[in-house]
Amino acid sequence: MNEMVDVLIIGSGASGAAAAWSLADTRMRILCLEQGDWMKPSDFPSNGRDWEARRYADFDISPNRRARDTDYPVNDDNSPMKVANFNAVGGGTVMYTAHYPRMHPSDFRVRTLDGVADDWPIDYATLEPFFAENDRMMGVSGLAGDPAYPPHQPPMPPLPLGKTGARYAKAMNKLGWHWWPSDTTIATTEYDGRAPCINLGHCTPGCAQGAKASTDITYWPHAIRAGVELRTRCRVREITTNEHGMASGAIYYDADGVEQFQPAEVVIVACNGIGTPRLLLNSASSRFPNGLANSSGLVGKNLMLHPWPQVFGYVDERVDGDRAPMLSIWSKEFYETDPNRDFVRGYTLQFTRGTGIVNEAITSAAAGRLPWGQDHHSTYRKLFHKRLQIGIACEDLPEEHNRVTLDPVLKDSHGIPAPRIDYVIAENCRRMMEHGIARAEEILTAAGATNLHAARVALNSPGHLLGTARMGDDPERSVVNAWGRSHDVKNLFIVDGSIWVTSGGVNPTSTIQALALYVADSMKKRLATLFD
Amino acid sequence: MQNEITLSAEETRDLRCVAGVMIPANAEFDVPGADDAAIFADIVASLGRDFADVRLALGRLAALGGSPFADLDETRRQAVAASFQAEAGAPLAALSRSVLQCYYRDDRVIHSLGMEPRPPFPKGHVLEQGDWSLLDPVRTRPKMWRDVP
Repeated sequence: MNEMVDVLIIGSGASGAAAAWSLADTRMRILCLEQGDWMKPSDFPSNGRDWEARRYADFDISPNRRARDTDYPVNDDNSPMKVANFNAVGGGTVMYTAHYPRMHPSDFRVRTLDGVADDWPIDYATLEPFFAENDRMMGVSGLAGDPAYPPHQPPMPPLPLGKTGARYAKAMNKLGWHWWPSDTTIATTEYDGRAPCINLGHCTPGCAQGAKASTDITYWPHAIRAGVELRTRCRVREITTNEHGMASGAIYYDADGVEQFQPAEVVIVACNGIGTPRLLLNSASSRFPNGLANSSGLVGKNLMLHPWPQVFGYVDERVDGDRAPMLSIWSKEFYETDPNRDFVRGYTLQFTRGTGIVNEAITSAAAGRLPWGQDHHSTYRKLFHKRLQIGIACEDLPEEHNRVTLDPVLKDSHGIPAPRIDYVIAENCRRMMEHGIARAEEILTAAGATNLHAARVALNSPGHLLGTARMGDDPERSVVNAWGRSHDVKNLFIVDGSIWVTSGGVNPTSTIQALALYVADSMKKRLATLFD
Repeated sequence: MQNEITLSAEETRDLRCVAGVMIPANAEFDVPGADDAAIFADIVASLGRDFADVRLALGRLAALGGSPFADLDETRRQAVAASFQAEAGAPLAALSRSVLQCYYRDDRVIHSLGMEPRPPFPKGHVLEQGDWSLLDPVRTRPKMWRDVP
């Protein structure tokens, strides 16, 4: 049997890594179990000529198509948005755009301000020092002074505007609308052992240069040097409990497929909005027949995925295309609630640089823009590297019918029941999407684009998996308390996106990690009374 | 991902034929068709996760034509291809993806687009800094975030 550890963390991604690093200074014995492998820079697609094709293969954002043996399947047939994730040391931070906005102060008070959903039990001010600490650890590039946010100082300068960004900027100035260079975790200078970005293209499927921050190259080297143990290829099946109703450890399958038991004094779950409810529901027992930490019945419910329409058009000159990270600028012009609109809450406009040679052909053919036959060539040359594209990050409000359950049939390669997703886009969100699409079309037109198109539902979700083990003060209306501890199991903590109460209209990684640091800090402050 | 089974000779012939219908050679742009020997070899070797759907696509093309696609005359091929495209679905998407991802990484095609045939790493690209004075009017805006109780 494995030796007892003080803290067992399940999942090494955005939140698990941050929590591990923060807790390391307690000198407790900390172990993290990760079902995936370490990634090597030479693994990433940008090393090869088939770099775009691999985004539809072993670096596809869908675990169902990617189907690595470190992945688990997800039944998302009953959802217009498909699940995106990545399973490796670093988790989803290996495969994300590195767009890094924080939540806004109003996002934590949606009930008070706008009369919808629920307020969070914490606020922006509580998280502010953890945002700053996380910005330093992940290495954020950006520009201070954005009037859309309370003051903060990214440690590195922003990504260049490039031709595409300048076009957007002129258009936004013409319209009189807010824009600002995006905060990103792509290094623009040497930073904590990372080399600066050399524009390898759209870097969602990993960065061969190591400029894009993923927790395998940010938090983990520091955590491991501080004594944390990280065990890869370990897939956790269930969290076990003892006769006192406390978590006693976890049963997992090791790299050889052998069942193991890992005892622990404290268990921290960091598997994000799909993996965490899946694990809790798979941990049902006679004492917890509806799943672990689920006396509220809310484990798996209130799934939020961020509907993300894409609007794009084509200009008459070649712009940046795929010769740089896809990120450019953002706009918060329509972020806050406006009573004159037919929806509450709002969205971020995320301006991107276009797309690559292969991806332009595949997406344009799929949409019917790129014909078969002799006209193929001349049509393609009107599209290639001429695309401007705007994503609309719509706030997704919690609804209990949007949920994660266990699929009665589908299982992973270890025979563990797989998650099933049931999700519909709410009417408020649909109105928000249409508003955003209309504004994006105005912007693209002002930028000189024609041949406009809107994809109302992205092929895959942006991988923002939130809300399925929400935090709150009321044990009947939440799964964990205001500092991430299960209401039901006093030595069980959750630190990932599942504890979000509402989703905001931003990419979530920055706030997920700030929350994880906050939960870890709360634990450290309460070590003597942690289970009271 | 290795294909444990391969296309039959007839399927291979049909795939090459439909690839050429999809993207024919073009003298104006000095590019080969997708049925070019080197490109087609890449297509066949790279079917990977799309293998089953490509096979379905070829089966559907044969069904629509009433005989192997490659055996149809040019007029009939165009009509069958149009019908197949109108049906849409996963087989069309897989067939299209399989052809396009290989065609648009061929050296001759990349050159014709004015690009270097190389992977992004390690050389990367140059991204111009841009005119940051464009930000001046935004800097003067009052704060936009809402105060919260």
